[in-house]
Amino acid sequence: MQRRLLTDSLFKYLMTFGGISVIIAISLIFFYLVSVAYPLFKPANVEGWQVYAAPGAPGERTLHLSSEEQREIGARFTDNGSVYFFGFLDGKPRGEAKIKLPQGVSITAFAAGDPHQYVVAYGLSDGRVIVAKQNFAMNFDEQGKRVITPQIVYPLGEEPLVIDTSKSPLRKLAIQSAEDEITLAALTAGGRLQVAGITINKNMITGEAELERTGSMLDGVEGEVQDMTIEVKQRELYVVHADRFVSHFDISDKTGPRFVQKKQVVADGENVSALTILSGGFSLIVGSDKGNLGQWFLVRDGNNAYHLTHIRDFKAMPGSITTLAPEYFRKGFLAGDDLGNIGLYYATSQKLLAREPVGKGAVVAAEISPRANGLLVQDAAGRLSAARVENEFPEVSFSSLWQKVWYESYPEPDYVWQSAAATNDFEPKFSLAPLTLGTLKAAFYAMLIATPLALLGAIFTAYFMTPRMRRVAKPSIEIMEALPTVILGFLAGLWLAPLVENNLAGTLLLFPLMPVAVLLGALCWRLLPESLTGRIPHGWEAALLVPVIMPGIWLSFQIGHPVEAYFFGGDMPHWLSNEMGITFEQRNSLVVGIAMGFAVTPTIFSIAEDAIFSVPRHLTTGSLALGATPWQTLKNVVLLTASPGIFSAVMIGMGRAVGETMIVLMATGNTAVMDFSLFTGFRTLSANIGVEMPEAAVGTTHFRLLFVAALVLFVFTFFVNTLAEVVRQRLREKYSSI
Amino acid sequence: MKDWIKSGAPWIWMTAGALALSLVMVFGVLWLTAARGLTHFWPAQVAETTFIEKNGSKIRLIGEIREREEVAVRRLVEAGFNIPGDDKFTTRYLIKLGNRDIHGFDFKWYPAPLLGEITYPGDLLTVERREWGNFYGHLQAVKEDGKVVARGAAAMPELEKRVERARALFDEIYRTEKHDIGRINHRLEQLRLQERKLQLQGKLTEAEKQSIERQREAANAEFGQIQERLEQLRREIGRDSLSAEVMDGRVVDVPLAKVADTYHANAMGMAGKIGFYARKLYAFISEDPREANTEGGIFPAIFGTVMMVILMSIMVMPLGVIAAVYMREYAGKGLMIRIIRIAVNNLAGVPSIVYGVFGLGFFIYFLGGNIDALFFPEALPAPTFGSPGILWASLTLAILTLPVVIVATEEGLSRVPLSLREGSLALGATKAETLWRTVLPMTAPAIMTGLILAVARAAGETAPLMLVGVVKLAPNLPLDGYFPYFHLERQFMHLGFHIYDVGFQSPNVEAARPLVYATALLLVIVIVVLNLAAVSLRNRLRENLRGLEGI
Repeated sequence: MQRRLLTDSLFKYLMTFGGISVIIAISLIFFYLVSVAYPLFKPANVEGWQVYAAPGAPGERTLHLSSEEQREIGARFTDNGSVYFFGFLDGKPRGEAKIKLPQGVSITAFAAGDPHQYVVAYGLSDGRVIVAKQNFAMNFDEQGKRVITPQIVYPLGEEPLVIDTSKSPLRKLAIQSAEDEITLAALTAGGRLQVAGITINKNMITGEAELERTGSMLDGVEGEVQDMTIEVKQRELYVVHADRFVSHFDISDKTGPRFVQKKQVVADGENVSALTILSGGFSLIVGSDKGNLGQWFLVRDGNNAYHLTHIRDFKAMPGSITTLAPEYFRKGFLAGDDLGNIGLYYATSQKLLAREPVGKGAVVAAEISPRANGLLVQDAAGRLSAARVENEFPEVSFSSLWQKVWYESYPEPDYVWQSAAATNDFEPKFSLAPLTLGTLKAAFYAMLIATPLALLGAIFTAYFMTPRMRRVAKPSIEIMEALPTVILGFLAGLWLAPLVENNLAGTLLLFPLMPVAVLLGALCWRLLPESLTGRIPHGWEAALLVPVIMPGIWLSFQIGHPVEAYFFGGDMPHWLSNEMGITFEQRNSLVVGIAMGFAVTPTIFSIAEDAIFSVPRHLTTGSLALGATPWQTLKNVVLLTASPGIFSAVMIGMGRAVGETMIVLMATGNTAVMDFSLFTGFRTLSANIGVEMPEAAVGTTHFRLLFVAALVLFVFTFFVNTLAEVVRQRLREKYSSI
Repeated sequence: MKDWIKSGAPWIWMTAGALALSLVMVFGVLWLTAARGLTHFWPAQVAETTFIEKNGSKIRLIGEIREREEVAVRRLVEAGFNIPGDDKFTTRYLIKLGNRDIHGFDFKWYPAPLLGEITYPGDLLTVERREWGNFYGHLQAVKEDGKVVARGAAAMPELEKRVERARALFDEIYRTEKHDIGRINHRLEQLRLQERKLQLQGKLTEAEKQSIERQREAANAEFGQIQERLEQLRREIGRDSLSAEVMDGRVVDVPLAKVADTYHANAMGMAGKIGFYARKLYAFISEDPREANTEGGIFPAIFGTVMMVILMSIMVMPLGVIAAVYMREYAGKGLMIRIIRIAVNNLAGVPSIVYGVFGLGFFIYFLGGNIDALFFPEALPAPTFGSPGILWASLTLAILTLPVVIVATEEGLSRVPLSLREGSLALGATKAETLWRTVLPMTAPAIMTGLILAVARAAGETAPLMLVGVVKLAPNLPLDGYFPYFHLERQFMHLGFHIYDVGFQSPNVEAARPLVYATALLLVIVIVVLNLAAVSLRNRLRENLRGLEGI
């Protein structure tokens, strides 16, 4: 007995434990999806500030800060030509280098190229330029530990390069470099602005480099030049002048630069105080002395002309902007102001990620480490502050996910989903709007077809049909619920889509023709002699109509072609796109609507039929006994009573349509578009997951956004189904009480 | 008439019409799949006709007529065809010309008005090749080492004999490559892993090193012998060829090494055709695919599907039953359990792709990644369980189908009359004994129903599998002769994904289409049969228990 009782309680605990574990495991799905999606919405985190004295002798002015990819070593470039390397987070010296200046010559100007190329240029007092490049050699010692050795190399040789032949000192400088070409822009003390292109011809055999220099003067810049920057492909030059203007030059041809336009980039009474160009070389970030920050880039108009256009403003800094530093590979940047604040921004999402006070006095120079995981800031007191940054998902904000965003090199703001491209400096476009719209579009057209079909069919099956036929008809339709959607998708994509394209008029005609055919069939049946119709009792109408429907479909396709020939010039898709300007795609919403409508019909049918069928009999018999016709009874008694059940059927059907993957994957072109046209395709959230998930790198914004999409689908369907289920249970209780 | 409309009868007819249309669509889909899938194996007639090219010259066409459709003439004219007459629409035929290596394409649409008379000459030879698809032509001669050995009427019997020989050789080469070389590769990989493991543990002594090296040399030596033998076989299989005249009049040689089958489709009698049909049907379900899945069989996909479903059943069955027993028999009747019940029910409505995302993130990257780090460090950075595989796929589907099993089991439990339980308890049985001996056995058919429905759902589900372990072509089955026999980490092929992949991702969709229809038909049959079985089982259970309710 003891043993039996022990077994009994053991069994109980086992079942309880098992049952609860299963329930927990199931709810794990939700929490796991949330846990992956959540980091996207965490703000950027700047932490672990380390403050140390800037390496180097006192009195040296910092021209530029830099760092290497592992965030191990930082570099400080000063105005006497020294370069100090130091530990990024601890400030310990890691070596130094000195630019070799000719006798009696001093540095009068400085410029840095695109950060990840690590090229800088020194403008000298004799009108010459030295181009230097940082190099971080990485080795491993015996223990397998990483050793990074910083050094300075001279891609154009150590001998300075003559820019200004009149030998006047250079006051401002800009540089951009590539493997075989370097472009410099320089302003001399005399106010002459010139551009120089240096082509490096490497001799394949000896390995010696030969330099070829071309250049010319730039005219038409009024007022004092404050700043200059060259875009990374060395084709555009932007000059800030006269306090608030930017002039844009096309310098693709270094011997004949072309002035394109002049734009006022800050409001009247404000001055441009800092300028930088974001990674990729498209966007200018303009900072003003009032702390305002704006983004500008070239936008192409209808005539193929480019205009420097104001794109967006960012949340202003409290003080005047003193320095701007772009990220190495993304569209983020760091702004420092004269009150000692720094702000970390992201362009695409228009977000201020973090703002912190750093050190004392104005921010003199700033740097974001190459992987955007560290900050380096120098204040006016000559101290460096370094911090670690966690900022992996700056692209995500409400506006970047759901509103129109003006992406680089797009003519206007738009909703775009484009998660990957071949190039490195690509701006990811993560608008969920087109995907959500596509999902709704798919569900809408599917429901448009499924709802009437399923509900009317359910009414007939539950209320009018003879039990004998019901025993066959109901399971036949319900078995289709189990049919793999991959098969429906395949039929829709490879059989239905070409069929519809070839018989567009016929297909569209089906919709009005079907009811007409049914009514005509009914009328004919009524006109037949009673002796014939009397033999078949009521409740077999559906079976009688099958031989009407099939010829109806056939007929519709037969007259479709003559209709197309007569009204649409013989080819309706062609007519639509050429005469009406409506884009027609072979795999379009019509095809998906039919295929997915077909997939959803059994779901709605089955639940609605149950709801109608279980309306208590005494209600209907009572109504009929009072003299109502069967149709009146149905309309006023049965449907009214069963309406919550019907509602829940439609909801569950919609849940299924929203989450369906294979049909939309196979029967649409899967292009993310923002329209509701019947004749174009779309891309849904679910198909997007199916297509992109296997290729998304783990932990990236893209990967997590796909989890967000999955979470949205989960929550939506779960909510809809729960609502339907609650309504259904209420209904069941109501029935049992009647 | 007015009364008729007033009575609402037209509306009733409309509802009937909606149902009739649904039924027509349902059976239409089944018929379409069946009609297209079943005819795939029937030997296709090879037609010969002429065609007037765009430049007016007349060419000969040889091929299978695959489809016909009506098309707008305007579109044809736009494509450059010169269509006589002023009809708006005309017929066009899709002809499978084969000989892709010679013409560069093997399917082409031809407008009917430009075609000549269509004939079916008896001597047109269809050659199924292992590369480049079918070959059609008039057989001229059979060659051995480039020298003609049979010509004219004698050619066909000679060809059949030699094709048989080449096929036997091909099978041998295939076996050798797959099994013998596979075995050696497996052994070499094991040796590499063993060495790496010892190295990681710091136990790699000189003696161990030498022993591994010796074994490796032995394996390599054996590999050399097999290579030699393969060379020999390849020389032998390359001996014969056939030469035939193709549609543009050229005489082309086809090496028999590349030939899978040859036949005169037009000359075949009824019995011959039926035999052919049975042979092709068998090959379809028992052979490996070839030519990027567009030809050959689907055996690995069937095997993968079945194995995944079995694994899934093993996992889902106890979990589902335990959860249902807990919810129905042990948990209270409070609000909490009602909420849980609704939640479990609703999980069945959550889109399957969501489960795929969960499986990929949680099972593969999280669980699998940790398992790799703990148990298979020697294979890293190549993942063992940290990549999609059959174990994770079946686990994902187990979660996906869990609600189905729970709901069915709960329904079964709720149908067991209270009187039976009370009787059992009154006789002194404990609750566990009552459940185990009385209630659960009576619920067995319900559990089976749930399981069958789960299996049917899993067999057809594709979207989540794309994320958690299905591949278009798996080099090895998840079950083979090497320890530990079941390779749960391997990727596998699946019928549903096969349809998607071959139908949409394949370079030659047109050629693959009949095969996809056949695959789809197989899947439809499996699922319809499973569902019918579940339905009848459930009905039987209800009937049986109805009798008990009065007790």
